[in-house]
Amino acid sequence: MTMPWRDYVLFAAQTLWSSRTRTSLIVLAMALGVASVIALTALGEGARLYVNNQFASLGTNLLIVIPGRSETTGINPSTMIGSTPRDLTLADAEALLRSTYVQRIAPVMIGSVPIAYQGRERESVVIGTTSEMMQIRHYTLTQGQFLQESDSSRGAASCVIGGKVRDELFGAEPALGAWVKVGDWRFRVIGILAKQGQSIGINTDELVMIPVASAQALFNSPTLFRIFVEAKSHELLPKAKDDIREILTARHQGEEDITVLAQDAVLSTFNKILGALTLAIGGIAAVSLFVAGILIMNVMLVAISQRTAEIGLLKAIGAPGRQILKLFMVEAFLLALFGCIIGVMVGLITTAVLRSSFPDFPAHAPGWAYVLAVLIALGTALLFSYIPARRAARLDAVTALSKR
Amino acid sequence: MIELRDLHRHFTVGDVIVHALDGISLTIQKGEYVSIMGPSGSGKSTLLNILGLLDQANSGEYRLNNRNVTTLDDTEQAKVRRDQLGFVFQFFHLIPRLTAAENIELPLMLAGVLPAERKTRVDEALQHVALSDRAHHRPDQLSGGQRQRVAIARAIIMRPAIILADEPTGNLDRHSATEVMEILESLNKSGIILIVVTHDPQLGERARRKIRLVDGKVVSDET
Repeated sequence: MTMPWRDYVLFAAQTLWSSRTRTSLIVLAMALGVASVIALTALGEGARLYVNNQFASLGTNLLIVIPGRSETTGINPSTMIGSTPRDLTLADAEALLRSTYVQRIAPVMIGSVPIAYQGRERESVVIGTTSEMMQIRHYTLTQGQFLQESDSSRGAASCVIGGKVRDELFGAEPALGAWVKVGDWRFRVIGILAKQGQSIGINTDELVMIPVASAQALFNSPTLFRIFVEAKSHELLPKAKDDIREILTARHQGEEDITVLAQDAVLSTFNKILGALTLAIGGIAAVSLFVAGILIMNVMLVAISQRTAEIGLLKAIGAPGRQILKLFMVEAFLLALFGCIIGVMVGLITTAVLRSSFPDFPAHAPGWAYVLAVLIALGTALLFSYIPARRAARLDAVTALSKR
Repeated sequence: MIELRDLHRHFTVGDVIVHALDGISLTIQKGEYVSIMGPSGSGKSTLLNILGLLDQANSGEYRLNNRNVTTLDDTEQAKVRRDQLGFVFQFFHLIPRLTAAENIELPLMLAGVLPAERKTRVDEALQHVALSDRAHHRPDQLSGGQRQRVAIARAIIMRPAIILADEPTGNLDRHSATEVMEILESLNKSGIILIVVTHDPQLGERARRKIRLVDGKVVSDET
């Protein structure tokens, strides 16, 4: 007959219960370690998902055509400055519609221009584009309508403004239908953009949008800043990308002087960075688990010197060294297990509180964080309790019994 | 039953070698009641520890039931202690956080006996030492005599063939001491070998066989 596990657990639980203060302190240390791994990885993972969501709001089938050749796929200074051998034009943009993989396109011109209404003036980012922009970027309006298809080609004097621009220029006055001065030109407000918040770089709240033809006149230049292209589906993105390159290369006398940027490329870079960050902070938190493991070792060493006579007795009544080793390791394992249970609960509560306080921030700890935290906690407990437990198992019975 | 042949045990204290046992040869038969007496330092505790397999002789042979137990490994020796030997100590050695019943149950638990059987056997043992009403008291709620009776119950719970008692009354008043000795002697009457180590002549005289040790040697062995 061998002693069943149940009895080991009961004996250890009884021992732990008899020194409740010490037990709860160690459990607390273990729980804090486990909870911090969970909470911190939840923060990292939340940051990653937050960025993902931001990109998703840009449109997942989106390709961006940038003038200039860039070998890297990320954003670098040259993509910002755009060292352009040949300009992107409106005709280039329209040519892209020839590709069967392209759903819609929107040319983008951009500039910073003063915008004024009845003596109130502010500097604002003005974007020249077409009606398609609304679908590509998933814009919604609170009032009025977006730029119409007819507007863009003839350079109508209509504009759509962001909520903040509206508030600053009009205050409580109705903005729809009013005429504002954009640069030296006058535009009629036909729509107000709904607040979409920050979406990678551009805050829609502070935008003024005008038809692309009007923008060409306003900025006195035919050059496009970007062309936004929406592929028919996510799977067709690579094909659409090839088509775009082909069409524009052909139009630019055989020279490939544009860069086509997919969301994926940027997104995967962000994912990698933030994933690594999550791992790093999770790892730092895991160090606290090792510290808790060392605490367990310390507590077991103290326990063994306090319970030397008991160990001697256990030997006298027939417990072999192996069994004493097991008794002490089960005790340490239980400590860690309680720590894990409480730690996971604290972790779940913390992340739930985080999520309810910051709804935009999906602070969910990834599954591996739970598994890892618990495994490290239990593993270190076993590892660090082995040395003290073995010391107990090897105690000389006669010397141990002579201690009172 | 118990056969010791030319047992030697020495300790090194600083650079002096102390011969605790210096060629002990003994045979103890089933059902004997033996007291081992001698001045302190005579080796009587060492002899008891070796008989209890808590200590190893440096040379000589110890046979228990015709089996040479000197050469067994840790696990096998533990098993012999568990199944054949019961210990009663001067300082009781009860585990303070466990109740009387749990202390008595401990050897059964370590041996892997199932809880249902453990309970009936513990109840029996408690009855045997007349402590059924103290089953759920912890040691600090018991008198010295009661503690020693709990320890005796624990010693007999595995139905051993031999009880080794090291100054079993050393920490008790006269009345409790008599009570404890009567219980131990009643166990001996049921066939268990009882070996009592003591330096108290009055206690030693109670045994049928009296062994005196001086400087690790048997100087008298009277029946």
